[in-house]
Amino acid sequence: MVEKRTAIYTEEMLESMKKVEAARAANAEFEPRRMTAEEKETLLATYHPDYKQSEFRVLEIGVNKGEKVPTELAALLQANSRITADQVDLNKIDYDVDVLIIGGGGAGASAAIEAHKNGANVMIVTKLRIGDANTMMAEGGIQAADKPNDSPAIHYLDAFGGGHFAAKPELLKKLVCDAPEAIQWLNDLGVEFDKMPDGTMVTTHGGGTSRKRMHAAKDYSGAEIMRTLRDEVLNRQIPVVDFTSAVELILDENGKCAGAVLMNMETRELLVARAKTVILATGGAGRLHYQGFPTSNHYGATADGLVLGYRVGAKLLYADTLQYHPTGAAFPEQIYGALVTEKVRSLGAKLVNKNGEVFMHPLETRDVSAASIIRECTARDNGLATSDGLGLWLDTPMIELKGGEGTIEKRIPAMMRMFGKYGIDIRKEPILVYPTLHYQNGGLDIAADGMTGVENLYAAGEVVGGIHGRNRLMGNSLLDIIVFGRNAGQQASEKAKSTEVGALTLDHIAKFAAEAAEAGIATEVVSPKLLPVYDHGNKNVVKEAF
Amino acid sequence: MENMVNIFLFGKKYAVPANLTIMGAMEYAGYQLVRGCGCRNGFCGACATIYRIAGDRELKVCLACQTKVEDNMYIATLPFFPLVKQVYDVEKISQSEAVMMQLYPEIYACVGCNACTKACTQGLNVMQYIAYAQRGDFEACAEESFDCVMCGVCSSRCPAGISHPQVAMLARRINGKYLAPKTEHLENRVKEIKDGTFEELLEALMQKPVSEMKELYNNREIEK
Ligand SMILES: Cc1cc2nc3c(=O)[nH]c(=O)nc-3n(C[C@H](O)[C@H](O)[C@H](O)COP(=O)(O)OP(=O)(O)OC[C@H]3O[C@@H](n4cnc5c(N)ncnc54)[C@H](O)[C@@H]3O)c2cc1C
Ligand code: FES
Repeated sequence: MVEKRTAIYTEEMLESMKKVEAARAANAEFEPRRMTAEEKETLLATYHPDYKQSEFRVLEIGVNKGEKVPTELAALLQANSRITADQVDLNKIDYDVDVLIIGGGGAGASAAIEAHKNGANVMIVTKLRIGDANTMMAEGGIQAADKPNDSPAIHYLDAFGGGHFAAKPELLKKLVCDAPEAIQWLNDLGVEFDKMPDGTMVTTHGGGTSRKRMHAAKDYSGAEIMRTLRDEVLNRQIPVVDFTSAVELILDENGKCAGAVLMNMETRELLVARAKTVILATGGAGRLHYQGFPTSNHYGATADGLVLGYRVGAKLLYADTLQYHPTGAAFPEQIYGALVTEKVRSLGAKLVNKNGEVFMHPLETRDVSAASIIRECTARDNGLATSDGLGLWLDTPMIELKGGEGTIEKRIPAMMRMFGKYGIDIRKEPILVYPTLHYQNGGLDIAADGMTGVENLYAAGEVVGGIHGRNRLMGNSLLDIIVFGRNAGQQASEKAKSTEVGALTLDHIAKFAAEAAEAGIATEVVSPKLLPVYDHGNKNVVKEAF
Repeated sequence: MENMVNIFLFGKKYAVPANLTIMGAMEYAGYQLVRGCGCRNGFCGACATIYRIAGDRELKVCLACQTKVEDNMYIATLPFFPLVKQVYDVEKISQSEAVMMQLYPEIYACVGCNACTKACTQGLNVMQYIAYAQRGDFEACAEESFDCVMCGVCSSRCPAGISHPQVAMLARRINGKYLAPKTEHLENRVKEIKDGTFEELLEALMQKPVSEMKELYNNREIEK
């Protein structure tokens, strides 16, 4: 799986790599201490991107008026709609369903399966294809406290502390209590978890876990889950309208959510979907590249759900907290920002600076790890220059030292392949990493039944805020999309049974625009963004926003 | 000046920086991708691509997001391929060889040309996993096909019209659901939760003030 070397290291990198190699045996043995609570606090306040006040803006309109969000997100939340009400004939209904699911990732697919099971007429509409989503990319695994030395209460404590004591207790309780059943549900659908011959799940630590409760399917955990869910959606013959985005939600005369205006991504045709209940499952926002960071996210991760929900009055929670994954690939440039799964550290690789020194415990929580790497590379000048920025070493050969030869190929084949394409054999050589924009911790505020503040508008998955507080632990997101995706599907299909849809309206568009005008906001920006635009430095082509 | 190479997108020539991936090069050339681009990182299979280096006899395949451009590369993307996916009820499906005969009988028409394996963008032994499926060895088929991203390039090259990724998908679901060993500790835990075993403990945690939670969190015991 390792091809011809096409990645070209600098002299400085090669020199430094020798030091890492020389120190490997000792570093592998070395058990670095964990930081104290005070050390972590100071570190975060000084180096974590969430604490950089100049990168945030206070919202001037909408239900979260007065609260700060990242500048890029503020621009989209306060932007113009893509449409005006008179462009759409709400009497011409193209799709009429009980439950409309917006987003074909893991949360949307789980919701669809459960709603279908509950007898609802359900439809998925999604921007790209079903499964072209962050869910497909998850590598590391999914948490559940199902081992005898573990319990939902310990899981709760880990997640609550890791999220800085800010999670909504009723949501977090649901997450940890429904976790084992979620694994069982997936297993019964045919998801191939890593198991020992006697059926015991192979579980590892993730950053911030106090028990080994990370379940995995090699390092294709999300792909294995997503393709199985997709297969099940197709087996149930649930309609999937692909290459079609929701660009505006529709309310009925009583202010309840009752559908969405859809746009064909290729022809730009507008379509009307009417529904008794709607589930937003549009995922994250990595492609907004907050603070100029690269991202590990899929192409369609542009915070659309936050924009759609916000415009009809759904409240956001913790929208100012993002997760920068400590280990994005920093080299070679073709995979800049791509994720190097935390599992690499779970399996024993440590973070090493340019002098060959282990400077931190490899399994601190993600925010602490990211801030620590940024400090090591900037203030302490112990990083290496790459063509796109900075990086330091993740010493992957330690995994084979610890777990024996063959561990890498067996447990993290996707990582081996990703670097192998550029001739880097991670079994023998360390790799360069730097934090990458990874996950939207905040999002739409929901109650335990999955409903947002707007009646009949549900939300599930990465688009939701509050389950994890202000930082999410590895493996709790795949878990949350299954637990809360299923929950939303069950609840929304049940609610649909007693729902009568009134006359449809798009009045909220003009209302929101009036509020913006009153606040003196004048902007050319339209939202939701739908797709990012990349020119890779070619200034001769003029590209407009999608 | 950057190091540039000439590539041919659907036959048309563009000069692009040599360090870009095919996907990046298309964007550099001015395309706004909608189809043929999903995860941008080798997991979703949306960006299947066929290319030939001018003068080479061999036709190559790759994922556009994972492959660097080369000089004189003739590129055609394959953003969609009509695979056949059969519908079945996973709760009722048979775990014997017969299921393949029933749902994907074309696999028995494999002529052994191995074009699928040569075409795999993930470097998998596709013909081998189809052979396992023919024999009803679903566990081996599942293992051999595990890294499949379902891009469909194998099927585009198959003279027998086999939809390899869908065959493998079926084998993996049968393996994961029926053949892999059952997990006792999982079943036990699900039952304990249903019985309310942890209810009181959790309710108590939820009521605790943050100061106390901090205390508990900072002093919790961490499994080695
Ligand atoms: C590289 C990577 C690795 C990860 N690893 C892990 C891990 O090991 N463990 C873990 O727990 N979590 C992990 N995560 C996080 C986790 O995978 C995601 O948070 C989770 O899968 C999100 O699921 P979702 O269904 O909410 O969103 P997604 O899976 O992103 O699905 C959202 C869908 O909505 C579509 N969509 C967006 N906007 C619109 C619109 N306007 N109209 C219609 N459709 C729209 C999108 O195109 C997409 O198909 C990882 C994430 C990434 C990116
Ligand atoms: S875009 Fe997903 S594999 Fe290339």
